[in-house]
Amino acid sequence: MESVFGLVGKDFAIVAADSSAVHSILVHKTNEDKIMLLDSHKLMGASGETGDRAQFTEYIQKNVALYQFRNGIPLTTAAAANFTRGELATALRKNPYMVNIIMAGYDKDVGPSLYFIDYIASLHKLDKAAFGYGSYFALSMMDRHYRNDMTVEEAIDLVDKIIMEIRSRLVVAPPNFVIKIVDKDGAREYAWRESIKDAPVPAA
Amino acid sequence: MARYDRAITVFSPDGHLFQVEYALEAVRKGNAAVGVRGTDTIVLAVEKKSTPKLQDSRSVRKIVNLDNHIALACAGLKADARVLINRARIECQSHKLTVEDPVTVEYITRYIAGLQQKYTQSGGVRPFGLSTLIIGFDPYTSVPSLYQTDPSGTFSAWKANATGRNSNSIREFLEKNYKETSGQETVKLAMRALLEVVESGGKNLEVAVMTKDHGLHQLEEAEIDAIVAEIEAEKAAAEAAKKAPPKET
Repeated sequence: MESVFGLVGKDFAIVAADSSAVHSILVHKTNEDKIMLLDSHKLMGASGETGDRAQFTEYIQKNVALYQFRNGIPLTTAAAANFTRGELATALRKNPYMVNIIMAGYDKDVGPSLYFIDYIASLHKLDKAAFGYGSYFALSMMDRHYRNDMTVEEAIDLVDKIIMEIRSRLVVAPPNFVIKIVDKDGAREYAWRESIKDAPVPAA
Repeated sequence: MARYDRAITVFSPDGHLFQVEYALEAVRKGNAAVGVRGTDTIVLAVEKKSTPKLQDSRSVRKIVNLDNHIALACAGLKADARVLINRARIECQSHKLTVEDPVTVEYITRYIAGLQQKYTQSGGVRPFGLSTLIIGFDPYTSVPSLYQTDPSGTFSAWKANATGRNSNSIREFLEKNYKETSGQETVKLAMRALLEVVESGGKNLEVAVMTKDHGLHQLEEAEIDAIVAEIEAEKAAAEAAKKAPPKET
């Protein structure tokens, strides 16, 4: 039910995730932010078991911060991705984290990069990746439309096309999505795509 | 194995913990460190003993970040400092992970002091040979704080303090000259206090300034030299003023 996907552009990377928090047949909220800012130039979009997702991503974020204080320089995206995979791998045969992760980052020497890390600790460096039922549609759309060196406008256009496919073709489609971007100026929220907004409660 | 749990820090007949007092001696031999708290700025200044010509001075940082809003300087055994600083940095992140809030200055000071105390009451270990000066702004109240810990594990808050070599003379100077300051005035007060015992010049001082909005800023040698020049000019002007008065009637 949860969808997370991402792609690498000319000198940026984008990660998009749905924002529904679901428990059995009840939708708790439609504006859950599943893409965490690890540090100034890294994003981590995660899907999976809600408790594991929050716990694991916060744990990674604090360890990334600790590395920076200990060593005076931030982790590279590759190092952070490998560290994350290592933590998943260590826990796998004891108490696995049911979390799928798409990590995007920008390094000055390497440029933008994207890493696919699934819950059984596979790690792949890719230009485009997706998780969840939405991945069937996301990967097909990206296979058809993705090109190297897309501009931000072209990439967002593709992301919107993907969101449209997910909304129209997936039976229990999440209504709202959040899009975050990372480039040389840092990691930040780019936009929300909301088709359902919480109605304000009328005053008594 | 039974031999290694004999305590090293034991009471003397007249109630002293000699190992702790010897640790304080080690602190007294360490480099001078000064901390001054202003209304919106907190400054740490540490003496830099002459750097060997071939040494890369950037690898010897005496004032370190524990978190975005907390910094620490110390006097004493630098290797012991590395261990304490590492534990403190982990605790800062761990606190954020468990309670979703950055540490207050008092919390992390209490943690470091608690750690130092543990090593005065455990088997087979010696106390940490250092005193620390911890500065920072509390996360939501933005109150500036300066704390000091020592090898015995005691800690207290200060408006201004010094530790290490000649700390008594520096503290006397601060007691005489302390007043509520802000911004650049706080920096100058800290540097003036340290310059009482240290040869002046950017090469001999390491100075770091913490503000609420910009976190910790380590001053470059050039910046330090500029402020030292200002201080010397002010001193000279004050001397001249003292000699001039007889002309005024």
